[in-house]
Amino acid sequence: MMMDNLLELTKLITPATLVPLFPLMGFLIIALFGKQLNHVSGWLASAMILVSFSLTCYLFLNLPDNKDLNFELWQWMKWGNVTLSFGFLIDHLSLIMMLVITGIGFLIHLYSIGYMHHDEGFSRFFSYLNLFIFFMLLLVMGNSYLIMFIGWEGVGLASYLLIGFWFKNDAYNDAAKKAFIMNRIGDLGFLLAMFFMLFYFGGLDYLTINEAASGIELGSMLITAITLLLFVGAMGKSAQIPLYTWLPDAMAGPTPVSALIHAATMVTAGIYMIARSNILFAMAPHTMDVVMWVGVATSIFAAVIGMKQNDIKKVLAYSTVSQLGLMFAALGMGAFESGMFHVVTHAFFKALLFLGAGSVIHAMSGEQDIRNMGGLAKSIRITWGTFLIGTLAISGIFPFSGFFSKDEILANAYNGHTLVWILLSISSMITAFYMFRLFFLTFSKGFRGTEEQKSHLHESPWTMTVPLLVLSIFAVLAGFWGLPAVLSDNHMFANYLAPIFAESKHILTLHAHLDHPTEWMLMGIATLAALISIGLAYHFYIKSNLLPESDDETKGITKWVANKFYVDEIYDKVFVRPIMLLSDLFYVLVDKLIIDLLVMATAWIVGFTGRTMRLVQTGNTGLYLFLMVIGMMVFMFIQLVY
Amino acid sequence: MSSQLIFFILAALSILSALFVVFSKNPIYSVIWLIVCFFSIAGHYIILNAQFLAIVHIIVYAGAIMVLMLFTVMLLNLNKATEPHKPLLYKFAAMISGGLMLLVLLASMRSTELGSYNAPAYTESGYVQNVGMVLFTEFLLPFEMTSVLFIAAMIGAVVLAKKEVH
Amino acid sequence: MESNILQANPQNWYLVLSTILFSIGVMGVLMRRNALIILMCIELMLNSVNLLLVSFSAYAGNSEGQVFVFFIMVVAAAEVAVGLALLVSIYRNLATTDIDVLSKLKW
Repeated sequence: MMMDNLLELTKLITPATLVPLFPLMGFLIIALFGKQLNHVSGWLASAMILVSFSLTCYLFLNLPDNKDLNFELWQWMKWGNVTLSFGFLIDHLSLIMMLVITGIGFLIHLYSIGYMHHDEGFSRFFSYLNLFIFFMLLLVMGNSYLIMFIGWEGVGLASYLLIGFWFKNDAYNDAAKKAFIMNRIGDLGFLLAMFFMLFYFGGLDYLTINEAASGIELGSMLITAITLLLFVGAMGKSAQIPLYTWLPDAMAGPTPVSALIHAATMVTAGIYMIARSNILFAMAPHTMDVVMWVGVATSIFAAVIGMKQNDIKKVLAYSTVSQLGLMFAALGMGAFESGMFHVVTHAFFKALLFLGAGSVIHAMSGEQDIRNMGGLAKSIRITWGTFLIGTLAISGIFPFSGFFSKDEILANAYNGHTLVWILLSISSMITAFYMFRLFFLTFSKGFRGTEEQKSHLHESPWTMTVPLLVLSIFAVLAGFWGLPAVLSDNHMFANYLAPIFAESKHILTLHAHLDHPTEWMLMGIATLAALISIGLAYHFYIKSNLLPESDDETKGITKWVANKFYVDEIYDKVFVRPIMLLSDLFYVLVDKLIIDLLVMATAWIVGFTGRTMRLVQTGNTGLYLFLMVIGMMVFMFIQLVY
Repeated sequence: MSSQLIFFILAALSILSALFVVFSKNPIYSVIWLIVCFFSIAGHYIILNAQFLAIVHIIVYAGAIMVLMLFTVMLLNLNKATEPHKPLLYKFAAMISGGLMLLVLLASMRSTELGSYNAPAYTESGYVQNVGMVLFTEFLLPFEMTSVLFIAAMIGAVVLAKKEVH
Repeated sequence: MESNILQANPQNWYLVLSTILFSIGVMGVLMRRNALIILMCIELMLNSVNLLLVSFSAYAGNSEGQVFVFFIMVVAAAEVAVGLALLVSIYRNLATTDIDVLSKLKW
């Protein structure tokens, strides 16, 4: 029996199952022996991710064409004719996500060894990071919504732990709680969607759902409800309006966390989820419109806020929200592969930008306000160079990766949704503007910090610069994976993902492809717009030597923008305060008055009865005997009479 | 008629001795009268042809239990009429209760339908062989269980009666 | 041994006799204050029941009743052993066997 079980277990060990197993092992080992391992734990954690990455590469290279690896590990629950099992689905979509997660994850682990070197929670940090990678892999590898949900919740937990990593600071703890609660609202949507699917489709794995979904009417109430609920989940995780406010606050965590979780991987989980459910979404045109417009609105809104932020990480956070909005807009237009393409390129250049920002903060001894920086180009050359590449990539300058993915989305928008195209182009312009504003203020002109900071300026150790260099290479080259039709007739990325989206493409009747002159024109417009923005930024911050004014000097509309349109305050007034009031009310009315009264009354009745009834106990044995005999007689008499 | 005579003599003896047990002032006398009562009950067993039980009854009750009682009386120096009397009212109430009990029991007995079996001329149910057959076949497990009961009682008695060492 | 004894004495006689013995036992338990006497009265009550069981067994020609009597004796022996031990222990602590003194178990 025992041997059988062991044999059963060994069958489960395949390259695919080992991928998430190594980070889990890393987490367990570091969590248990972190104190003893001390600084070894960083290397151990990185090694675990490297192994996972190699296994993923092996899978990537050895996966047969158009053949998915879908296997059940064990049956989890069964009732009626519903069976929920624990299984993995390795197809092209999950492989891309796995490559991004383990690849960028490894680089960020390596970077963290240098960045977190002086932190007392060094090994704790790496155990959380490994835990995050484990759950993220579970999220993308699962073959059912259930497994995805486990990963979904797990990354939420890891994110919470890492945002509140420096838990001695109350503000950071509040940020962690905010992220967790905001995500909870989204999770509720996801959960409800799962219940709907379980109830109406009788299962949660993708195959069952997709089969069942293709059997129902296009745009029916049910499918719209399910997809909308799923999108609510995505809104929470991927920080879309109205659930985006947690992401900028999440920058309280260490910078590598911001790079890994809150830029490259976790926040793209919502996009992955929609891409995974592409058939469901294709069946619900109304939801697609909602997704698109929420994406567009978020993209512009966050970009506008990003213009007036002075914290280096906050700027990047808002740019992340904005880029995520761009991806959702792509998904909403039915351009799933373009959205995924931007996920990948964004993962590279945004991780690069965050790590660069981390390097800057490291050099500035913890300073994050760009008003106190400036002129850093000379002191930290590698960071400067790589940051420039990242900035160019996000601004969409040829031939950096951001250009291709963004251009693809814009082309899709132009092809059918002209208004969306205009809005997204404006959003891209703003992005280019504030990114270069950030870049100029940080690296150009003279140093504006204190003398002490100036004396400490230094380039980061190799563990930090190597990831920067590797990421910058990818930030440049990743775009060539998906060259537009104009430059090459083989869009490798789209072709790779084509089998996943084939059916939904069939459902969605998309417009014909753009002709080449139009594509040239769009690329020209996009580049021109980006260049104008850069020029403006150059004019303001280099030529005119403008400096962002200090907080109390900000006036009028700019004050609104700098304060993020007071969204947090509005949420506080509209949701938090009433709930607080309501809970106070319930505390007084229900808890104090009703429940306490009931409990106290029960206790008093019991006590009173006890106090009264104990007087019966006289302790006189003779009396007891008498009573016993009389009782016996009474019983017998009753028996006689009846 | 002789068997009825024997029954009435034995019955009178047992009732009288039982009354003496209750009303003797000196506990020693009570013990002695109880032994007499047990002997008369053993006599009843014999005329009911239950020889085995009669012997066991004498050995266990008269031989063991009552000797134990006597020892206790001696050890505790209870062999004087030291017992303070209860109030007369109390005694009266006790007697009334006892009498009522008797009445109720007899009344319930009268109202109960007895088994309408014919009294056999001769019974062998009390023979050692027959009792032994039932005891060691049907009731073997309870019989063995009594040993556990005895061990428990033995340990309990030792623990309770032991002088506490402080 | 006379063979017609069972036919000569109706079983009711035994019922009445054991009832009387039982009531005397109950009366003794209620009337006396000495715990030892009370214990003896309980023995008396047990014996009256034994007598009843033996008579039923004899009149029904079934040995099982006598086996029950046997077990009752066993239990009585154990009970007396423990009861007397309790008595000795009480006497050692309070220097009396008067049950009216044992009135500590109250509010």
